[in-house]
Amino acid sequence: MLREMGRESVADLFTGIPDKLQLKRPLDLPAGLSEPETLDFFRALAERNSTRVTGERMTSFLGAGAYDHFIPTIIDTLISRSEFYTSYTPYQPEISQGTLQAIFEYQTMICELTGMDVSNASLYDGSTATAEAVLMAERVTGRSKVALAGNLHPEYRQVVDTYIRNAGIEEITLPYDETTGALKPESLAELGKDVGAVIVQSPNFFGGVEALKQLADATHKAGALFVVVVAEAMSLGLLQAPGKAGADIVCGEAQSFGIPISFGGSYCGFFACTEKLQRQIPGRLVGQAFDHDGRPGYVLTLATREQHIRREKATSNICTNQGLYALMATVYLSTMGRRGVREAAEHNLQKSHYAAKQIAAINGFRLKFSSPFFNEFVVSCPKPAAEVLAKLQSKKIIGGLALERFFPEMTNEVLVCVTETTAKEQIDSLIAELKAV
Amino acid sequence: MIKKSSNHINQNEGTIFERSRPGKLGYHLPALDVPAETALDAALLRDDDLAGLPEVSEVDVIRHFTRISTWNYAVDYGMYPLGSCTMKYNPKLNERVSRFDGFAASHPYLPDDLAQGNLELLKRLEDSLAEITGLPGVSLQPAAGAQGEMTGLMVIRACLEARGNARKVVLIPDSAHGTNPASAAVCGYQVKTIKSTAEGAVDLEALRAAANDDVAALMLTNPSTLGLFEENIEEVCKILHDAGGLVYMDGANMNALVGVTRPGDMGVDVIHLNLHKTFSTPHGGGGPGAGPIAVTAELEPFLPVPRVVFDGGQYKLDFNRPQSVGRVRAYHGNYSVLVRALCYIMTLGAEGLREATETAVLNANYIAHHLKDVYELGVAGKAMHEVIFNDKRQQKNGVHTLDIAKRLIDYGFHPMTIYFPLVVPGAMMIEPTESEGRDELDVFIDAMKSIAREAEENPELVKTAPHNTRIGRLDEAAAARKPVLRWKPASQAASV
Repeated sequence: MLREMGRESVADLFTGIPDKLQLKRPLDLPAGLSEPETLDFFRALAERNSTRVTGERMTSFLGAGAYDHFIPTIIDTLISRSEFYTSYTPYQPEISQGTLQAIFEYQTMICELTGMDVSNASLYDGSTATAEAVLMAERVTGRSKVALAGNLHPEYRQVVDTYIRNAGIEEITLPYDETTGALKPESLAELGKDVGAVIVQSPNFFGGVEALKQLADATHKAGALFVVVVAEAMSLGLLQAPGKAGADIVCGEAQSFGIPISFGGSYCGFFACTEKLQRQIPGRLVGQAFDHDGRPGYVLTLATREQHIRREKATSNICTNQGLYALMATVYLSTMGRRGVREAAEHNLQKSHYAAKQIAAINGFRLKFSSPFFNEFVVSCPKPAAEVLAKLQSKKIIGGLALERFFPEMTNEVLVCVTETTAKEQIDSLIAELKAV
Repeated sequence: MIKKSSNHINQNEGTIFERSRPGKLGYHLPALDVPAETALDAALLRDDDLAGLPEVSEVDVIRHFTRISTWNYAVDYGMYPLGSCTMKYNPKLNERVSRFDGFAASHPYLPDDLAQGNLELLKRLEDSLAEITGLPGVSLQPAAGAQGEMTGLMVIRACLEARGNARKVVLIPDSAHGTNPASAAVCGYQVKTIKSTAEGAVDLEALRAAANDDVAALMLTNPSTLGLFEENIEEVCKILHDAGGLVYMDGANMNALVGVTRPGDMGVDVIHLNLHKTFSTPHGGGGPGAGPIAVTAELEPFLPVPRVVFDGGQYKLDFNRPQSVGRVRAYHGNYSVLVRALCYIMTLGAEGLREATETAVLNANYIAHHLKDVYELGVAGKAMHEVIFNDKRQQKNGVHTLDIAKRLIDYGFHPMTIYFPLVVPGAMMIEPTESEGRDELDVFIDAMKSIAREAEENPELVKTAPHNTRIGRLDEAAAARKPVLRWKPASQAASV
């Protein structure tokens, strides 16, 4: 090839790079591994993580925004099709109809689950979707303050903090009730006219279900947008759609719908809003279109909101989103369907309540908050949580998340999650070990 | 002679919702093994019984998604020469490794001592990217290139604040990706556009004039979006640094440089990398990607929290970074993408990475060489990993870039990137990547030459392309005027 081009060596191709900038040594990286060596290397690394089936073979009660749910086999079968995972963002609709139609179906399902009119094609994850909601609320209302629930996922809050630091938006924290762990709708009565949005998570970080209707009414009375964050999307299988309660924006994390927990990523942020707000929504949108013969198809649409057209005036800087993971959620919601999502959600409810009831009956242990919950709850232990969790860990149980890392006063509190994948014997062994603590 | 065409099975298939029949099931959960004693207050419960979700069988799901998948073009079908998007082959080994249970089933809040494998993997990837870029501080948290840009600018802002003045302006060449100005805006900076020279390089005089003490940073893509290495990069960095600003390099085109030259050695302060471009992780029809950033030692304290540290015995997460910009994403970024990227780096090794770079540049130059007599080059200069043509010679027959791109579909290829960069009117940007062998390149060159002939002899054929696809060109303007963004049952759709 070089000869044909009249070049003598590969080095000829790089004469555009000044000689003194050219690296004169090999990169200080190991030599390439063969396939068997690569597999061995990564297998050994993977084995040094403790999951249900690797490392210490742990039983886990961790949730807190990343949930262990059953994943139907066919999800991986379908997303492993080259046509889906080795294609690009569908800019050429004639040869991207598979991706476009899947996103259209995803948007429809998210609308159904959330009770909203319009869903985008996905965002990175629940935390960044929440940050985008805050930015969007400021664009829509022109108001410079945002009120965030004190029981919002602390890492979501941290991401919002980072995103708005330079955006001229001020944050207010809405305190949660010490007894219920939930927000008090009456506390919204004093919202100022400069507050553009109220951001509420339900179920909240402590697992409690919020009184969305009352909160929405109070928010709207102050002229602000009501944003509902759903970090545990499985709850939507059972709980009232936030749109029905009056939400203007519903966003969150769709990881629960067939996406591996995978150390926190990749996940699938979802984002839905009312029709009125659709031209301010961040991210990609897929819409129906017709060709010259009237055949229906799908295209990326309303692109004038986006960075490649609007540049610094775009509704968001987002470009790549989570296409393949939105497809995972779509396949999950299709496979489980109307009845499966409902059934899985019901199992979460029953199993977590079974566990909570048993734990609360152990001497010295109690449930910290009184709100109704879906599949997570906070346990107050008679000893420091770290001590209790260490004891459990020695028995191959990860008892939950010690809350002190986010709430310094909660030295004895543990956030416990029970899903449909937790067997009764596992719950019973947790109870037995807690009794021995 | 047409050596390739894109005919494939075109199954008819409606939406998944139209397959729904009451009572169909596609799943099987274990029986509930605890007493069903709990009922939430009815006011909290759904009142629609999830009627909007489909009821379908497993075979329905498989047939539906398999059929619609065949309507996509994919890298595994053939060359996908989208310039600047870097559609290289996605090794299957990386896919397999990323699915290992120890990675895929590990919870982000695992105690550090139970997640040593994950933490070591993150550290190894950070160290590899630091060596490749010549910039010692790496954060893997950003979820995509645009988020990496935003994070990088936040780090710059935090550093300038620590120096005493965050400044107001970010300079961006007119050839930049749209994400650059959008990211700068998110960070509270005003954008000032800098004209490029006729050769697509930074105009040093214009830069000197613009680089005052209001300027926080220059965002520079190198090689530029015109596919050319910024020959004066050291001088560019010096101008910014002398004026008290910093240099942000958009690493979207880093696949032209890996193993050959390092941004850190050029004087760049921050770079983001698109792991889904340079490091072979799949694009997934629009994500997930990953957009790590690498920074100088001075900027390292400002990187997002947490940081992975190794104390000689154990890997740990360090949250105590008082100068950090904070978090840009929950947990540890798009971890499953990070696993694939490390797998790519380790299978190629130092030599393989350099060879990939050389092959990518060779391939682009080979295409330039064979097509430059047929299509007009959009820019003069030494092409790196991509080559830009324009439609000047075809326009006299009424054939435009869009038509050429659509006609390429009929020849069994994905179109190149079109109308970008904006500074080249009618741009056709071709990036073959290192994944293509000479045979595929020759078939592509034949196809492009054939289209050029058609533009002369039968322009209508090109202007009405594509002809072999399931549907023709869609009316995007009408779609945007009255957007239909979700499926509705015929009964409801009719009433809207």
